[in-house]
Amino acid sequence: MSMNTPAPALQLEAVKKSFGRTHIINGVSLVVARGERHAIIGPNGAGKSTLFNLISARFPVSGGDIFLNGSSVVGLKPHQITRRGLSRSFQVTNIFHNLSVLENLRCAVLWPLGYRYAFWRRLAVLRNANQRAQDVAAEIGLTHRRDTPAGVLSYAEQRALEIGITIAGGAEVILLDEPTAGMSNSETEQAVALIRRVTAGKTLVMVEHDMRVVFGLADRISVLVYGEIIATGTPEEIRTNRAVQEAYLGAAAAAAAETGHA
Amino acid sequence: MEFVLVSLLNGITYGMLLFMLSSGLTLIFSMMGVLNFAHASFYMLGAYFAYQVSVILGFWPALLVAPLLVGLCGVLIERYGLRNAHKYGHVAELLFTFGLSFLIEEIVRLVWGKAAVDYRIPEALNGTLFTLFSSNFPIYKGFMMLVSVGMLLALYALLTRTRTGLIVQAALSRPDMVEALGHNVPRIFMLVFGGGVALAALAGVIGGNAFITEPGMAAAVGTIVFVVVVVGGLGSLAGAFVASLLIGIVQTFAVGLNVSITDIAALFGVELQASGAMARLTLTQLAPILPYLFMVAILVFRPRGLMGARES
Amino acid sequence: MNCDASPPPLLHPRRLVSWGVLLAVLIVLPLLFSKGFALSLLCQIGIMVIFALSYNMLLGQTGLLSFGHAVYFGIGAFATMHTLNLLGKGGLPLPVTLLPLVGGLAGLLAGVLFGYVSTKRAGTAFAMISLGIGELVASASLMFPALFGGEGGISGNRVVGGAVLGISYGPQIEMYYLIVGWAFISMLAMYALTQTPLGCMANAVRDNPERVQFVGYDPQWVRFMMLVLSGGFAGIAGALSALNYEIVTAETLGAQTSGAVLMMAFVGGVGWFHGPIIGAVLITLLQIALSGLTKAWLFYFGLFFLCIVLYLPGGIASLLSMHQRLWKARLLGWVLPSYVRLALPLTLVACGLIGLVEMAYQRAEAAEIPLRLLGASIDVTLATPWLGALAALCGGLVLLRASWPAVTGAWRRALLRLESREET
Repeated sequence: MSMNTPAPALQLEAVKKSFGRTHIINGVSLVVARGERHAIIGPNGAGKSTLFNLISARFPVSGGDIFLNGSSVVGLKPHQITRRGLSRSFQVTNIFHNLSVLENLRCAVLWPLGYRYAFWRRLAVLRNANQRAQDVAAEIGLTHRRDTPAGVLSYAEQRALEIGITIAGGAEVILLDEPTAGMSNSETEQAVALIRRVTAGKTLVMVEHDMRVVFGLADRISVLVYGEIIATGTPEEIRTNRAVQEAYLGAAAAAAAETGHA
Repeated sequence: MEFVLVSLLNGITYGMLLFMLSSGLTLIFSMMGVLNFAHASFYMLGAYFAYQVSVILGFWPALLVAPLLVGLCGVLIERYGLRNAHKYGHVAELLFTFGLSFLIEEIVRLVWGKAAVDYRIPEALNGTLFTLFSSNFPIYKGFMMLVSVGMLLALYALLTRTRTGLIVQAALSRPDMVEALGHNVPRIFMLVFGGGVALAALAGVIGGNAFITEPGMAAAVGTIVFVVVVVGGLGSLAGAFVASLLIGIVQTFAVGLNVSITDIAALFGVELQASGAMARLTLTQLAPILPYLFMVAILVFRPRGLMGARES
Repeated sequence: MNCDASPPPLLHPRRLVSWGVLLAVLIVLPLLFSKGFALSLLCQIGIMVIFALSYNMLLGQTGLLSFGHAVYFGIGAFATMHTLNLLGKGGLPLPVTLLPLVGGLAGLLAGVLFGYVSTKRAGTAFAMISLGIGELVASASLMFPALFGGEGGISGNRVVGGAVLGISYGPQIEMYYLIVGWAFISMLAMYALTQTPLGCMANAVRDNPERVQFVGYDPQWVRFMMLVLSGGFAGIAGALSALNYEIVTAETLGAQTSGAVLMMAFVGGVGWFHGPIIGAVLITLLQIALSGLTKAWLFYFGLFFLCIVLYLPGGIASLLSMHQRLWKARLLGWVLPSYVRLALPLTLVACGLIGLVEMAYQRAEAAEIPLRLLGASIDVTLATPWLGALAALCGGLVLLRASWPAVTGAWRRALLRLESREET
């Protein structure tokens, strides 16, 4: 890579993953430029969530290489990758159930603000951490619930908190795994607006089933089928791509249209 | 040579006894996610019940009746105690069995007294099976081996040949799926708990008279059994088997070997200045802590245990 | 026990007042209970409060169930005893007042050593590893008599050197104030820890260790640091026990001590900072009271613990906080009358159970003298007392079942009222 052109935010080179004899990811290569909003779509079981788990080191890769801002992150632990500025959300809500909304958010800002494992500083006087947690709570519309334990929030509120925790630390590269899964139409609209707001100026990679969300948010789209990327391009290119239509989009678009009428 | 063979036989006997305990513990853990802290207490109950039954009916009926009775106790305890703790999570379950071990020990003290009871090897099994060089191998040890191998085969057959066994096996790897498939999981839990503690009781029936039947016997063997399942890998039956034999044999050898650390060092060509208390320790003295050292070593180099697959 | 999210003023006045009141009570207590027995009891309670709070740093705060916490307590105690004996030989210029620091340091170092191994895993595996390490240290302690004194333990004399500022630690009252001083400092420090970044992340690790990784923290390191710090406070408690009793035996770091501290923390309530304090006070008092009354006290103890696990998993502190909530809303009167209906069933159950247990014990001991219970003399060889006790137990349980809905009903009504009030 030359010194003049900035390294892409995220780059995957022939990434592979197999569980036993089953190959889930068969050599995926992908380049996501800085500031780009990239969506990964594909039928169920295509390996989208697995791909996220590989990028964030939840699972180790079986082969290939992953670069974050130009340097390889393969072999690092999840917390080390997070410290390098990559943050992810989860498909199944993954929050701190017994902590309040504000505490959840504060947990997410402590490391980026440099407080590490400090046991000699009082949280109450860490103004920047508390301020940032309150700002994020306002951003995700949960200020009125700030002292409520996360476990008793409604589903949509928990999904908002999930996104809040993911972006609170100010990571430059954000992975969202099906952020609108299980939401009603109006909730989805709010969620899209929220995602657009909180990821402004950042690099966003998202897995999403809802095509309105995908085509509304993404600059570029990659289509993952059976562990391989069959096409990457702008929404317009993907919409007109023959292979994509055949392999995937036709059926899904029909389904999306149907849910749109319902 | 003689020492090696005799120690090996003794070690295998002891290891098989450990496996009778650790297999039940592993089955219960894999199915229910709860490590039964009171498992060794059921081993003790088995010995005491066998003693009581053998006083009235003799040893052979006791061999059958005692494990069944203890299994029944296990079923009742699961139904009316453990199941209530289940809704508060694994910590509550573990604490329930911890309190249970405490209570069972006190009940044993209340009913049978503080001293050891006179639970003896039956006359028919008293004697020498064969003589190896100059050491006698008692019939009873052979009998213990027979029972434990028989149990191992029965367990294997049960797990691979019966419907219940298949469900249990499935639950070993994917407990959530088994529940999703609509099996009556609470009833399976109850049966597995009863069966698991009955296995421990069987070990108590044949172990109680070989060693000693006293209120402290549960605590003495309990921690070793936990070490076995951690070393073998939590939830792995094969791991429990290997670790049981390994720890049984290692400990038996250590007890018999009267060499000091200095001697061992000399064997490897290292000359130790034999002055510290450390250097004068013999392997026999170290025997009680060897399993724990073993566990620490395993954890440092292989945190999952020998054959562990699933995180707790 | 969570870190508070809403930032209060620098030092909340109400909190300052409650700490002040606590300190005042601790200072005045020995004036009310000045007898030798009461004073030594207070000393024991003070030590156990520190120990139980240090235990709760693991269980309540970080979600680590330990069966081997006595290791750090015991190592702190032994280190202090050796240092004390060194002081006696004039080897070290260190006042006895600061010896708990030595114990704390020893506990801290032990935490670094054993914590490295045990915090690699969480959950059930951690529990088993802590048990194994506890056994390892307990059996190893018997192997090195020079360090641990073998079966007899090692003893020392806390009155060494001259009196500093008139304090020699000869009289028990001076020992009491030493314990209170260290207990107060430790409590403050442990409370402060819950309000720090590490304390907050410990709560997060307890709730969801996986997500902690994805906000940049290493859960294993959080567990390790909490264990090390908790070992340090346990070491301080151990040091005070060494100074108080002037003897340390292998039992100090054995399984019984580990079990006792676990029970204290859990019975008191691991979800509240003050829970373990309640537990330490209650269990210590119960130990003294019951062990004097009956030989079967450990049985009652085990039963009590099981009942707490099954029916009150939040501990005494949760019971108190439930009632406090009603008290504040002036609704306590709604539930208290229903408790009266429990009096008869509970008395019957208690009488039947105690009768059975005491008779069983008497029979097992094969004592010649007849059992004396509540002033009555009972012949345990007859069938009548056994049947009577059994009938009382069963009848009591049936009655308890019948009158329980009255209590739950009263609670439901009170809570409904409370909620409807909060909404308006």
